[in-house]
Amino acid sequence: MKHLLRRISFYLVALWASVTINFIIPRLAPGDPAGALMARFQGRMSPQATAALELQFGISHDPLWVQYFQYLANLLHGDLGTSFTYIPTPVSTVLAQEIPWTLALIGMSVIISFVLGTLIGVLIAWRRGSFLDSILPPFLTFFSAIPYFWLALIMLYILAYTMGWFPPNGGYDTGVSVGPTLDFLGSALYHGILPALTIVLASIAGWMLGMRNSMITTLTEDYVLLAQAKGLSEFRVMLSYAARNAILPNVTGFALSLGFVVGGSLLTEVVFSYPGIGFALLQAAQNSDYPLLQGIFLLIALGVLGANFVADLVYVVLDPRVR
Amino acid sequence: MSLFSSSPDQEGEAALSALSEKQMAPSIEQAQSEQQPAPQRAVLTDGWRALWRILKLNRKATAGICIVLLFVLFALFGPPLFVHTDPSELTNDILLPPSASHWLGTTQIGQDVFSQLIAGTRVSILWGFTTGLVVTALSVCVGLIAGYMGGIVDDILSLLINIFLVLPGFPLAIVLAAYLPSKGPLTVAVVITITSWAYQARVLRAQTLSMRRRDFVEAARSNGESVWRIIFFEIFPNEIAIVAAGFVGTAIYVILTAASLEFLGLGDVTVIDWGTMFYWAQNNDALLLGAWWWYVAPGLCIAVLGMGLALINFGIDEVANPRLRTETRLSKRIERALGGPARKAQ
Repeated sequence: MKHLLRRISFYLVALWASVTINFIIPRLAPGDPAGALMARFQGRMSPQATAALELQFGISHDPLWVQYFQYLANLLHGDLGTSFTYIPTPVSTVLAQEIPWTLALIGMSVIISFVLGTLIGVLIAWRRGSFLDSILPPFLTFFSAIPYFWLALIMLYILAYTMGWFPPNGGYDTGVSVGPTLDFLGSALYHGILPALTIVLASIAGWMLGMRNSMITTLTEDYVLLAQAKGLSEFRVMLSYAARNAILPNVTGFALSLGFVVGGSLLTEVVFSYPGIGFALLQAAQNSDYPLLQGIFLLIALGVLGANFVADLVYVVLDPRVR
Repeated sequence: MSLFSSSPDQEGEAALSALSEKQMAPSIEQAQSEQQPAPQRAVLTDGWRALWRILKLNRKATAGICIVLLFVLFALFGPPLFVHTDPSELTNDILLPPSASHWLGTTQIGQDVFSQLIAGTRVSILWGFTTGLVVTALSVCVGLIAGYMGGIVDDILSLLINIFLVLPGFPLAIVLAAYLPSKGPLTVAVVITITSWAYQARVLRAQTLSMRRRDFVEAARSNGESVWRIIFFEIFPNEIAIVAAGFVGTAIYVILTAASLEFLGLGDVTVIDWGTMFYWAQNNDALLLGAWWWYVAPGLCIAVLGMGLALINFGIDEVANPRLRTETRLSKRIERALGGPARKAQ
């Protein structure tokens, strides 16, 4: 319980830090890039929107601490400012539209990749020196050293353009109306396979190698030997004796690599023109859409912090020593 | 850091500490005998020599070193040898597939992809390795100071490390890069440095923590050596192996992240390197035009270099953690090589 409380307070501090970093960056940026942009949009926005933007970029004349609390108050009301790209849509509306896509695609792919990678890691460690054990690690390492977006480009070129097996872009067939119909779900699933495959392929090596190495070390422990001596089934020794203990470092690894995987996956979305946060990110980066950029950063930070917290909870369940 | 190196498998950390443990043996002896400047330098070269011996004997590491050396040679001597025309020069050879006159084809405005690749390799490798070094230096400073000082300094630095560990580095890098007014390799390097030092710092802090009560550190302390001297001349040489492994992992991460940021158009798109080649290929719809050669070349370079660096790290891991090794004959040779200097010290 004490451990859990300490973790919760740490995440609160981390949350505060990411919110504050988001506040500080525009105010520390040299050369007032935001001011220049504001001038460009003068007259195209309502005075309220302009005032809100001024506050967000620190062009306001209030003292810094007043700005800080205004910023926090706005955040608490879910007000992330107005997007330049999708003027005059608020950033929160843009994000709300995109987030289900990203959550479904990246969330599913990361979970599939972690579960599959861990299982393969368990298996190749158990059958040490087998054909799979000598083939898979170098092969998948090569894939993990590839930039996500490049792997996506290659897959897109071969499987979508040349072979024509998968649709080349988008999240669903434009002929299908968005809604909870079977047609739409099928179309969305079909469009999601290739991006998901890319993310899984690019990220699976890390989980697999981590699990393999930790499994190999665990397999030499006495309790594994004892379990085998007792005549327990191979399956049971492998999963509930060795893998059960070997998975602990992999769970920590999952939490720490999450930010990296999500960042890479966003670029995968860009390549596939998949609706979602990644595509909004590209738009924001190319149009210097600072409010949208910051909103996306905050959202991802929140998501990664949340996922880390869940991983911590899982760790507590798995490892009785920290309870 | 790339995935496999960023997953903090505690095994790897433990293994690496075992590696530095082996190098510790002579250093304790020396610290206990007499305080002279000479033995300290010997510790440092000893650490390097042990590392080098290890890497020579491990097949994976040897392959990795060969790949990386090849790239470094290309970066150094490639441009004067192979690039005879300005790589951004426009010609009328538009979107030609690879041929004898254009080994890797041409771009949509008639630039030779091979010349661009060679010129880009120099920029990408130079900036990638330099940034990797700066990141490593920063994490060494933070990690060692936090681990050695303890107390409130450690509390504050650890909190900082942990916060930067959970903050998503790549999205933060994008926001930073977008706000910085000058776009260029230096901006990208600074942004990556800020967002990626934490993991390595955490590993080094843990290692330093286990070292600060060792005899040779106590001896140095009672000799009245200054704090920074103890940290950087007594403790640091014993962590060379971990630092080197960290640098290798960081270099992969830096090169991948730089390419990603430039792909998004957040770098200086007039500088030719691997990332901007992607940017131009993507912006000119190279895919739709079927010009696969345009983006295959830089991507393969990154993948092969990353693979080379990863192999070096696997080698270090395998040597440090004997249980990961499969080749029994090889491991005996390594043990002999490692056992050599330790016996001599006794």
